[in-house]
Amino acid sequence: MTARDWAVPTGRPAGPAPGELRLIVRDQPLSLAEHLDHYGPLSADQLESDALIAAIERSGLTGRGGGAFPAGRKIRAAAEATTRPHHIRFAGGGAAKGSAANGSVVVANGSESEPASSKDRVLLSHAPHLVLDGIAVCARAVGASRAYLCAGHGDASISRFLTGAIAERDRARLDNVPVELIATATGYLSGQENALISALNGNAPLPTFVPPRPAERGVHRRPTLVLNVETLAHIALIARFGGDWFRTTGTPAAPGSTLVTVTGAVDRPGVREIPLGTALGEVLQRSGLNQPAQAVLTGGYFGTWLPLPAALAVPVSDEDMRAAGAALGPGVLGVLPEGACGLAETARIASFLAAESAGQCGPCRNGLPALAEALNWIAFGRPGPDAVGLVKQLADLVTGRGACHLPDGAAGLVRSALTVFAADVQAHLTAGPCARAAGPAILQIPVRGAQ
Amino acid sequence: MSQHDDGETGRQPPLPRLLLKVNPIACDARGLCIELLPELISADPWGYPIIRSGPVPLHLQPLARRAVAACPTLALMLTSQPP
Repeated sequence: MTARDWAVPTGRPAGPAPGELRLIVRDQPLSLAEHLDHYGPLSADQLESDALIAAIERSGLTGRGGGAFPAGRKIRAAAEATTRPHHIRFAGGGAAKGSAANGSVVVANGSESEPASSKDRVLLSHAPHLVLDGIAVCARAVGASRAYLCAGHGDASISRFLTGAIAERDRARLDNVPVELIATATGYLSGQENALISALNGNAPLPTFVPPRPAERGVHRRPTLVLNVETLAHIALIARFGGDWFRTTGTPAAPGSTLVTVTGAVDRPGVREIPLGTALGEVLQRSGLNQPAQAVLTGGYFGTWLPLPAALAVPVSDEDMRAAGAALGPGVLGVLPEGACGLAETARIASFLAAESAGQCGPCRNGLPALAEALNWIAFGRPGPDAVGLVKQLADLVTGRGACHLPDGAAGLVRSALTVFAADVQAHLTAGPCARAAGPAILQIPVRGAQ
Repeated sequence: MSQHDDGETGRQPPLPRLLLKVNPIACDARGLCIELLPELISADPWGYPIIRSGPVPLHLQPLARRAVAACPTLALMLTSQPP
């Protein structure tokens, strides 16, 4: 019998049963010892590249950072780019100075620059070793020689905590590829994939004009796999318990569980893990929805309004929410109570997004402030009869014309507000701002320059 | 107008479809492309180019190449889309 046969004597261990929490199992963080005790160790057998990528593909796991791209396909692309001969990958380009000549790069994105989301921070502060396991698993799968964990800037306590978690693993000699902790720059766009890679290359943390795609040439010109930290935590579990286990919760079309951040008019706001496909109403009820609400903002400040109670039956999954005209995005659900003005909320968010424009692309730099102003005019001012037409025109004008999707996101948010709050638009047009527009903001806008 | 003028592939042989694209970071709204190729490029309220969607019609491809060559910030480009 070889050593490998000893590693898993009775097949795969059983993972958490359907209905059991997978990612955040208690209120306190799990130390490395507690983590290994709870989930069991990762054996070399479970890290074998081909089988692992196949298991992730079979699991149906999609990216949890907002894009919902199939994780298995992304990992396979990075693995294939890593093994492709250098001269085929990009003609003429020599190896970058100071970079490892071989091997790709794994980037764990825990930047969470979406102001309404806190799931990545909560995950990192409770289950750091699931994320770090996921990094180790992916590093092995794609043949990486470097790995970075990018977490929100300005939160010294989480940086200290993660430094400690990485040190725990170093002492246990757990990982072959060292993990470097990087504080992501502030700003809404800093967590965007290309902005993150740009920052890791020593440039400004701003979106770039793709191509090349990160999987082909990213950090230090190496093939780079960027995955959200929650996606990596799921991968750590798939490596242990298999792709079929992952599918034992959720729906066939949207397998597994996901973290969501529920904010706004609920008694128990915060992060919870739900099986994908759970009805929106059930998720909100579990978060303590106890008053009539008029709408829910899905997908974050980049997202889409859905009307309530009409949308209560919509299953929370990317596919179902797309069919309803929204998107799950990074899992933000912001509940707007009856007593708030959806136009005022959206106008504040539109102003925030306009201020967060990197200013690199003319249509976004000029168009987003114009769009925000036109909507603010409807929400708080004395709009003329053409006000709605102007908002729609500006939304169409900016769509698809940036290097990143910020203008598209802002336009989509504003369009959905015009639809969902159509009655309010009419009221504002005829009688000026409603009394609710002067009320306090339900969805909080970060103050620039503050932490 | 010939059958090929809309850029669609004819019966045979398949022709490469060229798409005009602009790198929005590099673009500085100098406006030369809008002057040279008004058939496909118009200006937005701030002078930045709006490119008509779809492949470049065959009879406009020489003009499109000229516009690309004239762009002072190298923001305009022609990319081929497999037929």
